[in-house]
Amino acid sequence: MIELAQAASTGEAVFFWILAPIALGGAVGLILARSAVHAALMLAITMMCLAVFYIMQAAPFLGFVQIMVYTGAIMMLFLFVLMLFGRDSKDSMFETLRGQRFFAICLGIGLAALLSAGLARAVSGMTMAPEAPWATGAQSNVEAIAEALFSTYLFPFEVVSGVLTVAAVGALMFAHVAKKGGHRGQKEHSRERFAPGVYPGPRPGPGVFATSDSTATPALRPDGSIEPASLSEYVPPRQLTAAETAPKHTEGREG
Amino acid sequence: MNDPLWLMLVKGVLVFVVLVLLVLFTIWFERRVVAIMQVRPGPNRNGPFGLLQSLADGLKLAFKEDVMPRTADKIVFIAAPVIAVTCAFTAFAVIPFGPEVSVFGIETELQLTDFEVSVLLILACSALGVYGIVLAGWSSGSAYSLLGALRAAAQVISYEIALGLAVLTVFFQSQLLSTGAIVEAQAEGLPLALGGLELTLPGWYFLILAPSFVIFVIAMVGETNRAPFDLPEAESELVAGFATEYSSLKYASFFLAEYVNMVTMSALAVTLFLGGWAAPFPNSWWPGANEGFMPLIWFFGKVLAFLFFYVWLRGTLPRLRYDQFMRLGWKVLVPVSLVWLMVLAAMNIGLDTDNELPTRIAFAGGAAIAVMALIFFWPSRKQYEVPEEPDTGLGGFPVPPMDLAVPPNPRSLKELEPANTTAVPINGSRSTEPASGSQASPNGKEE
Repeated sequence: MIELAQAASTGEAVFFWILAPIALGGAVGLILARSAVHAALMLAITMMCLAVFYIMQAAPFLGFVQIMVYTGAIMMLFLFVLMLFGRDSKDSMFETLRGQRFFAICLGIGLAALLSAGLARAVSGMTMAPEAPWATGAQSNVEAIAEALFSTYLFPFEVVSGVLTVAAVGALMFAHVAKKGGHRGQKEHSRERFAPGVYPGPRPGPGVFATSDSTATPALRPDGSIEPASLSEYVPPRQLTAAETAPKHTEGREG
Repeated sequence: MNDPLWLMLVKGVLVFVVLVLLVLFTIWFERRVVAIMQVRPGPNRNGPFGLLQSLADGLKLAFKEDVMPRTADKIVFIAAPVIAVTCAFTAFAVIPFGPEVSVFGIETELQLTDFEVSVLLILACSALGVYGIVLAGWSSGSAYSLLGALRAAAQVISYEIALGLAVLTVFFQSQLLSTGAIVEAQAEGLPLALGGLELTLPGWYFLILAPSFVIFVIAMVGETNRAPFDLPEAESELVAGFATEYSSLKYASFFLAEYVNMVTMSALAVTLFLGGWAAPFPNSWWPGANEGFMPLIWFFGKVLAFLFFYVWLRGTLPRLRYDQFMRLGWKVLVPVSLVWLMVLAAMNIGLDTDNELPTRIAFAGGAAIAVMALIFFWPSRKQYEVPEEPDTGLGGFPVPPMDLAVPPNPRSLKELEPANTTAVPINGSRSTEPASGSQASPNGKEE
């Protein structure tokens, strides 16, 4: 372990010690954040730090793909959904199961111990890897990944992409609701509106050419007759009398 | 890239300065060009030709009061414009401006940095730049902002796929992912022998990969949220979209980010498809055209042409409806890109002389057949069937009847027979029966 850490160059070590606390802080913040969007942002920070680690480990392709795919697309979709929940929706701190928090903490510590013990055992006997082929210029990093993906691991690669496609199509099938009746678009609506016998213009508003703009006042035609299209079928038509339309002396003036 | 530290710093500052100047210029340029298109003068008061107008606007914005909404999520509200601007500026670091030049005795390339997968850096930065917009909309605590942010997220994710597929064909053709190397790969011409005529086509990818170029240009406009795809900030629908609650320098930084993104996307299009800094004519015409600092002229000329294209689009096209916009992205651009990628792969195998003859014929022929089938069997729009019932007009639209007699001018009739006109009752007694007398006909029509 220690030899491995010492083998890193100064720049790498500096970046590691700057970014590692940020990555860890993002992970801890993800757990502690009350707002779901804040949690998602913390996760995005951790992912970005991991991407920089990949780039530092001479795997630039992996690093940038991590940023593009995970941070750029997947986390963005998460955010997209979380934003729709509303800003004020926060985690409820009420324990629905008794003693849940205590057991969760115990199990969490246990899992962390197990994982770190396993990792420590796996890493302890490791030796420094020889210079990567792309570092010496023999084969580029992208070429090496392409060769691995499209020759050695071609079948798993294809299977995984097939499974993902099936999952996406399945999700679409579940979410899809067939529309009842034919879908009428803008064109159909327009044709209906201009069909023979239909008045294509807007309906006259109530109270046009009248003394009041109340819904109860019908619109008048230029010749003084009532326009039936302006009458609501729920409101009985009503005409104001001359006394009602006269000024009410509310401004303290006479007549 | 093994430059001394001072040179790196100088280059970094220069890239920043060039971008800021280009943004100031582009805002002025856009306003002037749109003004010319709309037959009005445009900004022409500050400085020669109004060139200092955007500087004045920027200063004015910086000195405005910075308002923070009470419902805003403070940290995210401040971080959002920072993210947008940082990502916009970072992406420009890998754009090559020119070939290797000698600066104070040091051979260096006119490019801040370049590495094996530098095109991916631009794509990653544009993917992260969306965070700025989305977080701005969410943290503002306003419905308009949130709607703008949702639109932006959906839009950029959708168009990123088409953009990525278009860039993928360039990777495919050049087998490179570095901006500098892609520019150099385009320098080689494409020899073509037509009968006895031998000519060299330019090796620029917009010619070889024409469908990708078209898709890239469309997706690029969608990716930068510019008209006709400026739905996240549709001012007639959402006030200013995601930036509604922003003011002062924060608002200015969104503006800056948008214009820097425009410049970056134009530069990326030039780099990937238009030969980068190469001169737009054969090298034999002017052998020194691609050496020294001369390519800067070609590069910025091409970028300005793209910026003009952006402005032209804005001055010409109306904004798309949201569902039409999404349909264009998912149902046209993505499938066409995928089919084109397959066809390109088959063509490359078919034209590879190392393969056996049957393989070559099968792949090249198959690709040709696929393209032909796509062109001939492209689903066309269903024709409108005229309904069976008698129709007074054309296709149901009201038109005047065939035997229409033009009614006499009511104004002249009124002068002839003034006594015949009936006064419209003003108040009180009104005839209540509907439709008494035809309202449309002038009074004297019966005679």
